[in-house]
Amino acid sequence: MGFLSHVGAVAKKDLRVELRSREVVYTMLFFGAMVILIFSFAFVEGRTGKAMGDVSSGLLWISVLFSGTLGLSRAFDREREGNTMRGLLLAPIPRAAIFLGKAVSIALIILVTEVIVVPMIGLMFHAELFRDFPALVTTLLLTTAGFAIVGSVFALMLLKSRARAVLLPVMLYPILVPLLIAAAKSTTALIGVVGDPDIAWFWIRFIVVYDLIFLVAALWFFESMVIE
Amino acid sequence: MSIDAVTVDGVTKRFGNHRALAKVSLEMRAGSLCALLGPNGAGKSTLLGILSTLVRPTSGDVKYTAKGEAIEDGAGLRGQIGVLAHESFVYGELTGYENLEFYGRLYSIDDVQARARQLLDEVGLDPKARDRAARTYSRGMLQRLALARALMHEPPVLLLDEPFTGLDREGSAALARTLARVREDGRLVLVVTHDFEALDGVCDQVVVLRRGKVVLDERCESGAFGYSDLKELYHRFEE
Repeated sequence: MGFLSHVGAVAKKDLRVELRSREVVYTMLFFGAMVILIFSFAFVEGRTGKAMGDVSSGLLWISVLFSGTLGLSRAFDREREGNTMRGLLLAPIPRAAIFLGKAVSIALIILVTEVIVVPMIGLMFHAELFRDFPALVTTLLLTTAGFAIVGSVFALMLLKSRARAVLLPVMLYPILVPLLIAAAKSTTALIGVVGDPDIAWFWIRFIVVYDLIFLVAALWFFESMVIE
Repeated sequence: MSIDAVTVDGVTKRFGNHRALAKVSLEMRAGSLCALLGPNGAGKSTLLGILSTLVRPTSGDVKYTAKGEAIEDGAGLRGQIGVLAHESFVYGELTGYENLEFYGRLYSIDDVQARARQLLDEVGLDPKARDRAARTYSRGMLQRLALARALMHEPPVLLLDEPFTGLDREGSAALARTLARVREDGRLVLVVTHDFEALDGVCDQVVVLRRGKVVLDERCESGAFGYSDLKELYHRFEE
């Protein structure tokens, strides 16, 4: 089996486990939808049904960030039960494949949440989802990948910490700020009141660079983070 | 690749201010079953962690040799080691069979389904339980599944931490038979246990650890140690 087959095996196992329990995806969907719903009461004018200001992209990423953090926490907690992370680390496969497999499964679960949350944003805030749909999908995919990569690094680092539920957002969010700013800027330029595809693509390129830097760093340092 | 010997050379491990192991040195040879004994907190599990490559020693060295040549630490070496720890390393949401199938794929086992079936028979996991989620298993059933996972890739080196825990008399006897067979196959087995009875007649090296130090390392030149020998050796250095 090659590197990618090992990545696939780990990701497939995670998705199979999630398919059995569905606890991560249901929690994330519920939380993400609640955030959008509550903000819609605050930012959508009752009489006209129009959003007050260009808030849709910001709300989208707040919803993804918070629900994604919940999902990350739980997905990695599973590796503590039965200490299965040790079982994975003992396998004769490149340890980077374990990290990447976990990141891929987290990214796919977040994307499922986005499939529900993004149309909700479109409906409640009258966002222009189809103005440049391929660019919007690219932004969603790349930002989700970046979130999953960085999130998996920190969730793995904190796997043995008792205060991991508190520490995860405290450590993760400052590192995610550049990614989220870029994602919000790109999404605003795509679904906001005034569209500007050039600005969107500038920020998409920024996200690509961010993802690559953190992917290389994570693959490089993963082994030293998990060995005691 | 077949491992000839495992050499632990002056290994010290510190966790902050706590010294778990102090200049531990020992050698284990293929075709032997070594019992690692000692009271709680003696450093047995830490030593097992270091031997399994999951814990780095603070100083000192662990060397695995095959045909006289040292094997480099890495995926190749991990493929030669089977570990049974305190925890089962199995996923509660997956069935016993699916757990073995998953690990079998990570170890690139050819006919993974046949191998999983064969091992589940060998460890005596109830056939009705094999397609049930592992979270519904009793402690003994989990231990049998964990043992099957450790044996999945027929490793030349087996590191077992309290393997008899949770097993009934029949299970313990079956495990002892498996260990004797593995030893006869020319493989190396290291067992951390307090159950001397289970190792009666199968163990040919005894290492006793106390407060992170090796206080006894004895080999039986004629066959294997009996229950009373093990008990006597363990209590010889009791404080």
